[in-house]
Amino acid sequence: MAERLRADLVLEYPFTRTTGPVIGAFLTGLRERIVLGIRRPDGTVLCPPTEYDPETSAPLTELVEVGPGGELVSWTWVDPPRSQSPWGQPHGLGMIRLDGADTPMVHGVLVDGPDELSVGMRVTARWRPEREGHIADLEGFVPEGAGQ
Amino acid sequence: MSTDPSVTPAALSGEVHLPEKLADVEPVRSVRTPIRLEYDFIPGAASSGYLNAFADRKILGQRSPVDGAVFVPPRGVDPRHGAATPDYVELPDTGHVGGFCVTRLPIPGRDDLEIPYVSAWIHLDGADIGFLGLVAGIDTSEVRMGMRVRAVWKPDDQLGRTAENILYWEPSGGPDIPVTAAGTNAWHAKQITESEEQAAGEGR
Repeated sequence: MAERLRADLVLEYPFTRTTGPVIGAFLTGLRERIVLGIRRPDGTVLCPPTEYDPETSAPLTELVEVGPGGELVSWTWVDPPRSQSPWGQPHGLGMIRLDGADTPMVHGVLVDGPDELSVGMRVTARWRPEREGHIADLEGFVPEGAGQ
Repeated sequence: MSTDPSVTPAALSGEVHLPEKLADVEPVRSVRTPIRLEYDFIPGAASSGYLNAFADRKILGQRSPVDGAVFVPPRGVDPRHGAATPDYVELPDTGHVGGFCVTRLPIPGRDDLEIPYVSAWIHLDGADIGFLGLVAGIDTSEVRMGMRVRAVWKPDDQLGRTAENILYWEPSGGPDIPVTAAGTNAWHAKQITESEEQAAGEGR
C-alpha cells in the first residue's frame, strides 16, 4: 500500500468590509479612545452596539459613551494563545460590562496570571498607541489602578 | 415600534446620533477582517488513488455502477445515487473546455498567476463531469467553449503525487466540440442520443 498522503493547506482571505454607520461609529470611537454603546428604546445600553434591537428588531441610532472602566462579569485563562491571537502571551479572556452599559463585551484581560482575576473585579481599558479604527485599537482591559 | 422592511433602516441610512466628542472626526467606513485557516489535508481512498496516479502521469476517474457516468476527480461515490464507485477508469490527458473565465485582476497570494489568465472547466474525453484547470498557450480572447485541449505536464523528474503535475491545458487542434454537446451539456447530449438510438431500435 502506498504511503499515506498529507498536505499542509492554508485558506486565507484578506477581506475588507464596509461597516455601516453603527459599527463604523463604534470603531471610530475606539480610534479616538472612546467606547460607544447604543441605547435601546427602554433606555438600556448595548455594548458593543448593534444596528437593531435584539428583541423588537427596531433600528437603533443613539450612540452613547460608556466606560472606560467596568466590571469583569466572567473570565477564562488562555494559555498558550493561538498563533493568530492579537496577544502574544498568556492572558485572560473576559466578559466586561462597562460603566453605563447593560451588556458585557468580550475582550482580553491583561494580567500576569489567573490568580489576579476574579468575578466582579474592576477593570479599565488599555489603548494601543497606534490606532486605526479596529477592535484591536483596544489592547485589552487591566485591573483598575494598574496603570493604563 | 414596528419595522417596515421596505423602508431603509435609519441604521443603514446614516442617521445615527453620536456623542459631541465624535461630531467632527472622520468616521471609520471600512475595517480589515482577514481570515486564515491552516489545516492538514489527508485524502481518503479515492482521492489517494487519484493523486498517486499523477506521479505516473495518469489521470484516474471512477465509474458510476448505476449508469456508467465517469467522475473526475473520483470521490468514491456517485453523489446522485449515493452509490459507491469502487472502479477506477484511466482517462486520457485530452478533452475540451466546457466553460471558462478570464481573470484580469491579481489574486492576493497568487503572484505565480500572471494576469490575464484563463481558468476553465476541463472535460476530459471519456469523463462526464469537468474539473478545474488553467488554459494557456493561446491568446485569452481566443479561448472558447468546446475548444479541444491537452495537458502540459511538468518534466518527468519533477512529477509528484499531485494534480499540480499538470501545468496548464493548451489547444490541441482539431474541430471544436459543438456548444450543445460541450461541458455540462455533454452528459445530457449523450442521454438524448442514447434514447434516440433506443427509440430507433424499437421502431425497427
